Amino acid sequence: MLKTFTKVAGALALTTAMVMPATAAELSGTLRIISDMSNPAPRAIMEGLAADFDAMHPNLTVEVDVVDREAWKSQIRNALTANSPDVVNWYAANRMGPYVKAGLFEDISDMYTGGDLPGLDSVKGAMTLDDKQWGVPYTYYQWGIYYREDIFKELGLTEPTTFDEEIANCAKIVESGRKCYTIGSKFLWTAGGWFDYMNMRTNGFDFHMQLARGEVSWTDDRVRETFANWRKLIDMGAFIDDHQTYSWQEALPFMVKGEAAAYLMGNFVVPHLRDAGLTDDQIDFYQFPLIADVPQGEDAPTDTFHIASGAQNKEAARAFLQFVTSPDVQTKINAGAGLGQLPVNAAASVDDDEFLNQGFDMLSNNAKGGIAQFFDRDFPAEMAAIGMEGLQEFMVFPDNLDDILARLESSRKRIYK
Amino acid sequence: MADMSHTWMRRNRMTITPLLFLLPGMLFFAAYVIIPIFQSFNISLYEWDGLGEATFVGLRNYEELATDRAFEISLWNNVKWLLLYLLAIPAGLFIALFLNQTVTGVRLYKSLFFFPFVISQVVVGLVFSWFYLPNDGLFDIISGWLGIDVRGGVLGNPNTATYGIIAAGLWPQTAYCMILYLTGLNAVDPEQVEAGRLDGAKGWRMLWHVILPQLRPATFIAFVVTIIGALRSFDLISIMTNGGPFGSTRVLSFYMFEKALSEYGFRMGYGSAIAVVLFFIMLFFIAYFLWSMYRDERAARR
Repeated sequence: MLKTFTKVAGALALTTAMVMPATAAELSGTLRIISDMSNPAPRAIMEGLAADFDAMHPNLTVEVDVVDREAWKSQIRNALTANSPDVVNWYAANRMGPYVKAGLFEDISDMYTGGDLPGLDSVKGAMTLDDKQWGVPYTYYQWGIYYREDIFKELGLTEPTTFDEEIANCAKIVESGRKCYTIGSKFLWTAGGWFDYMNMRTNGFDFHMQLARGEVSWTDDRVRETFANWRKLIDMGAFIDDHQTYSWQEALPFMVKGEAAAYLMGNFVVPHLRDAGLTDDQIDFYQFPLIADVPQGEDAPTDTFHIASGAQNKEAARAFLQFVTSPDVQTKINAGAGLGQLPVNAAASVDDDEFLNQGFDMLSNNAKGGIAQFFDRDFPAEMAAIGMEGLQEFMVFPDNLDDILARLESSRKRIYK
Repeated sequence: MADMSHTWMRRNRMTITPLLFLLPGMLFFAAYVIIPIFQSFNISLYEWDGLGEATFVGLRNYEELATDRAFEISLWNNVKWLLLYLLAIPAGLFIALFLNQTVTGVRLYKSLFFFPFVISQVVVGLVFSWFYLPNDGLFDIISGWLGIDVRGGVLGNPNTATYGIIAAGLWPQTAYCMILYLTGLNAVDPEQVEAGRLDGAKGWRMLWHVILPQLRPATFIAFVVTIIGALRSFDLISIMTNGGPFGSTRVLSFYMFEKALSEYGFRMGYGSAIAVVLFFIMLFFIAYFLWSMYRDERAARR
């Protein structure tokens, strides 16, 4: 899997001779990158980045090792402790915690304060732990409700902006013999997305983050209110049956076949829907409707690059981080032909895609509450695992709520010491 | 001096030679089995995320286990696995008796029955999870005819999911036991069968009093592999339910993996504590098997 790019000049139309104004000092040696961008499209992007960067620096050899994205979640530990590479992929926010605490990620706060990373101010927060920055983001994507436009038209529904409208819509959808939402909760995290939104809309972003930091009890009345709102949907039969047996991909056909009208999901669902034969006239997107009068918080998970603290070639690693976050590179790699997601640099442009445009607009103008990463990235890993299991149980047996909350609360007391 | 050691070697040759031959094996066994067991014991007394500093917490991991409901469920599931998995033994025996005849093409039938043991557990898990699919799965359709509707599908319902997985596990395990009994049946002494028949034994009496006692070695091995197989159940759970719905199908080995090595885990100390419990459960059976093997060998030598 190891690919060495030496002098592949002109392999990809060079995005750039422009990056690196400041650190034009000649880079040399080897830059070793381990990437988890193993799906076909991201992989091509990663290999292209490495080739471009290699071509820009004649004395530098870039080696990139692409490992399976799921496997990387446990391999990163070994990779960083033994013979560590220079640059690795990971995730923002709390997910960085264990590596920051163990001193395995390089502190790059000086790059942010020194002006080496212009245009990243809005995403800096997600990279901050203990008031320091530990890496750079390279892509992110919005979450929201993807729905079947044609079914909405057929039933005469419009995009809801409040929870009451959402419920009224849903009642009509159920009446037409369909389900309102598809979901596959076998691997739990999809239920985490629903909780994020129900809680951020019921109690606001700040409360949600307090809960994530373990500062609020799970048996708090405000948390119960979140579940009570959620239960309104469950009781009216809004969700597909037996969702605990499906993965998120296995839940897609319900929407494709028109048995369910909508899917609360990240933007990565769009290519799947298109591949399944739905046209852009049949799918559309709306922001999760308002419940209480609180500023909207949004989930927008961010993927990142970090420098290992044991890196051999930190100079080249820093230059690479600057390179991937520069406006032109950001525009190019996040375009529809590449990752099909949102660029992290404010000076980059968003590809002209119905969903990317809506997502970008929503996150820039209509996420006043704040940007969350996602349930399993904002909550500490163990709390997330136990929590998501409880959320799945709630969705199947809403009557077990008291028992579930008591269990989560006792875990909270143990986990956050 | 040199002469003396030379004669000492010569005198003890009968002891030293086998020891020397055993040495490499013993070294590897110690490095990869014995020492890690004690390391697990040790880690189970610490709180450690696998990266930073480990803090000594004494028996606190075990205290937490005692109140951990997920652990309790896993333990009970292990008991279910142990008991129900044993059904593979009688089932294997009857298939073996049924196939132990000289009909044309019996080899083909034997290999067909043996087939599930040859394919990977992952494939078995996938096939059964399709079989159990709610609405579209064969099981749901057939049980629908009988008027039974399992809510959430077999694997989506916390009351049935574990049994569903055990049933999937029984398929290859039965095939394994069948092969053990088929080889055992080849060794059954026809003269004893003849003698039994002269004494008027047939059917069940013949099976119980004449055939089964001669199959004792096969039964013993079938027990050993089935019990160890039941305690090792992991792949099917991982493929079919991933421990869910809401943790109702976990067993100890799966829970240990989740706590120590999965995406949200990395509580090495807690995972090791689960491993230690699992180790003692296994040790109980393994000790019994070793003891009974030792006893048989002594009886045979006499």
